[in-house]
Amino acid sequence: MMKFIVAANVALIAVLSIANATAQVSTHILDNGLKVIVKEDHRAPVVTSQVWYKVGSAQEYGGITGVSHILEHMMFKGTPSYPAGQFSEILARVGARDNAFTGKDYTAYFQVMAVSHLETSFQLESDRMAHLTLDAAEFAKEIEVVKEERRLRTEDNPNALTYEQFMATAFNSSAYHNPIVGWMNDLDNMQVEDLSLWYQRYYAPNNATLVVVGDVDPKQVFSLAEQYYGQLPAREVNYHKPRIEAPQVGQRRVEIKAVARLPYLLMGYKVPVLNTIEDRSEAYALAVLAGILDGGRSSRLSKYLVREQEIAASSGAGYSLYAAQDSLFLFDGTPRSGTSVDQLQAAIEVQIEQLKNELVSVAELQRVKAQVVASETYQLDSVQRQAYILGSLETVGLGWQSMQHYSREINKVDADAVRAVARKYLISDKQTIAVLTPVGEQSELAKNER
Amino acid sequence: MKVWLGVLASTLILWQSASALPQIQSWTTDDGTRVYFAPSDELAMVDVAISLDAGSERDGSLAGLSTLTHSLLDKGAANMDADAIAARFEDVGAQYGTSVSLDRSMITLRSLSDETLFQSAVDTLLKVIAKPSFPQRDFEREKNRLLIAIQNGQQNPSDIISKAFYAAIYEKHPYAQSGQGSAESVQTIQRSDIEDFYQQYFIANTAVVAIVGDLTRDQAEQLATNISQALASGQPIPKDMLVADSTPKSKQEHIVFPSQQAHVRIGQLGVARGDPDYFSLYVGNHVLGGGGFTSRLVEEVRSKRGLSYSVYSYFMPLQQPGPFMIGLQTRADQAQQALQVCLDVLDKYQSEGPSEAELELSKRNIISGFPLRIDSNRDVLGYLSMIGYYQLPLSYLADFSAKIEAVSVEDVRQAFRKHIDLDSLVTVIVGNEAAAK
Repeated sequence: MMKFIVAANVALIAVLSIANATAQVSTHILDNGLKVIVKEDHRAPVVTSQVWYKVGSAQEYGGITGVSHILEHMMFKGTPSYPAGQFSEILARVGARDNAFTGKDYTAYFQVMAVSHLETSFQLESDRMAHLTLDAAEFAKEIEVVKEERRLRTEDNPNALTYEQFMATAFNSSAYHNPIVGWMNDLDNMQVEDLSLWYQRYYAPNNATLVVVGDVDPKQVFSLAEQYYGQLPAREVNYHKPRIEAPQVGQRRVEIKAVARLPYLLMGYKVPVLNTIEDRSEAYALAVLAGILDGGRSSRLSKYLVREQEIAASSGAGYSLYAAQDSLFLFDGTPRSGTSVDQLQAAIEVQIEQLKNELVSVAELQRVKAQVVASETYQLDSVQRQAYILGSLETVGLGWQSMQHYSREINKVDADAVRAVARKYLISDKQTIAVLTPVGEQSELAKNER
Repeated sequence: MKVWLGVLASTLILWQSASALPQIQSWTTDDGTRVYFAPSDELAMVDVAISLDAGSERDGSLAGLSTLTHSLLDKGAANMDADAIAARFEDVGAQYGTSVSLDRSMITLRSLSDETLFQSAVDTLLKVIAKPSFPQRDFEREKNRLLIAIQNGQQNPSDIISKAFYAAIYEKHPYAQSGQGSAESVQTIQRSDIEDFYQQYFIANTAVVAIVGDLTRDQAEQLATNISQALASGQPIPKDMLVADSTPKSKQEHIVFPSQQAHVRIGQLGVARGDPDYFSLYVGNHVLGGGGFTSRLVEEVRSKRGLSYSVYSYFMPLQQPGPFMIGLQTRADQAQQALQVCLDVLDKYQSEGPSEAELELSKRNIISGFPLRIDSNRDVLGYLSMIGYYQLPLSYLADFSAKIEAVSVEDVRQAFRKHIDLDSLVTVIVGNEAAAK
């Protein structure tokens, strides 16, 4: 059915896409509350379909951390209509790439495929939105897979282990305290009933966003969405209690000892994000500040810490203005041999002081803006990337339109604004520092670990 | 109405399949550089990749030499220092990068196609490849950073096993060496080695240029000519040939490492680029361990037993026979069990081959998913570079689906029997003592 509709519209779409180089975004909300966002991209006969649920590790409480992520795994384990294995096989047959990802603020599922198979994606994805089996025997195997994932990504990765402890130190009352994958103790004690409850609470059309980017006609996508997702009933989703992080009132520091060869430094300052900030221009100024410090090889951390002073083997900075809750302005780095983590920290702090005292140059500011403008074009080279941006913005509550404002708002940022946010937010009372101290393979720690 | 729609649909399908493939234009510059160009004006950007016959197999006794040379290109050129070069690229929003693999190296540039911005980015690129100055201080610093990257790899079991596996299957051949090199080899590299490496291998007559994006043919020709003129012409140097008989027979290696998981790798030599059995092996491996959740290895190791988050197999064809490998990670005390499951799966697959249904599923997956392989400029750039560097037919993408479709169960069975020798598998395990039991 869909095949025909798409074919009949191809010629029309081809003409439109030439006339209208800047891709259009169309939206529609189904009666059951599912928001559908469609962005046309007619460069290739492919499409990506993503379903974003407004639930992630930030909703989790003590004892069940990791439940959002395990549920994501179990979403591939079958429904009455498509028992375990069927989902993957049907999608494999149509050549779709499919996967899912869980974050602090969202859980998302996607398929990328030839455009003629979009209907297959809708059929399967809408089915598992409401009819997941959650079989206990499948769960018993999958929880072991997730523990292996945790061992792979965290336990055996010293820098990741440091990051986990760092976040747990920086955040107390907010669930950003917990790792997305969950603490091992909670994985050990997880029950399939915990997943059922989670699924019942959060997996409803009115708690989700469907994002489609590719060689499609929005009207056709809306009617197809109506056909498949439209049948699902809306359900009350009111379990969300705000969990605002208690104010930080002094510097925090944590040391992590792990079997490693290299020390590692992580530093973060509590900062608001676009979603929580009073004056939104400050969030864009923080983003520019991150660009001044770490926007390419010409930025300050590379130029001064790596090349001029030769203190860091590598050093970075970052700010994710699209988080749902107050987040961190991050710094990290590995000292070069012969240099200590303390020296690296001091050198980063000198850079921060400079940003508070002196205005950044016009040339630096222009360079950051040029990179932002260019990357807006570059990201159009990937339908997945475009859908990811739309989905994450919508899910954290900013609205997909924020994407369209980004470069305009960045362009408004001047040197005074950059200095002002550095002075206001990069202060030691709001700072958390984590240091990885390597221990040898033969140490007591290594023996006890097992 | 019905008839009209039918006719329209079939016309459109033709139109679609014609337009879905990149239109590849190819020529050779006066200096002998082969060029592959796919125009695409939908986005106002251009991607360029220069492939050089300067992969890590050229390192000789100085493992890490190619990697270090490439990391130094943008640290000084013409009369610019590293800061100036970085600023010149980034002032116009361009992205410059290098990568080194076994057979070849790549220098890439992504830029907006606006003429002023693009010209500036290209001008910087040409200086970087034509006149790198390899300043002594930058050389010392980048060497130190490479040594730190090597240490970083030593705390990561997946890096450790990857290096150990190549060393085990290639022994004396240059493919045995890691592109990063070792602490010992990198320590001995001198600045003059970098200059020599650049002189020998950054030459126009073995370079391949791929261009995708918003340029006219004239602009692309000018760009390619400028790139090939920026490189010297030189004498191509023959490569160390892999003598098949010298490859090891079955061996097992256990590297003790205090990680919670054991990493396991099983494999041996596979096939070279252009091998007539490649498509049979590719489709066959899709059923075995290349096709994700529908593959046998994922079914047996992950879905049925929950032993590993990731388990896969693949052939990596190189200029000379590349590896075939199976990989997974599991809690150390389960390593032997997981290893045995993989060996059993491989053994059974080797003797029976895939079922008709399995083969059909894999073929449908690969063929239906073909548009995804070429749906971005970046993907097309990768294919152009591969086709160009390995001198595959220009019709490689056009022929791809038909080659996949033609593979039969018997083809897979024969190809696996011919290329996989169960008696000479190499197994490497990285993990604590429990992994050995």
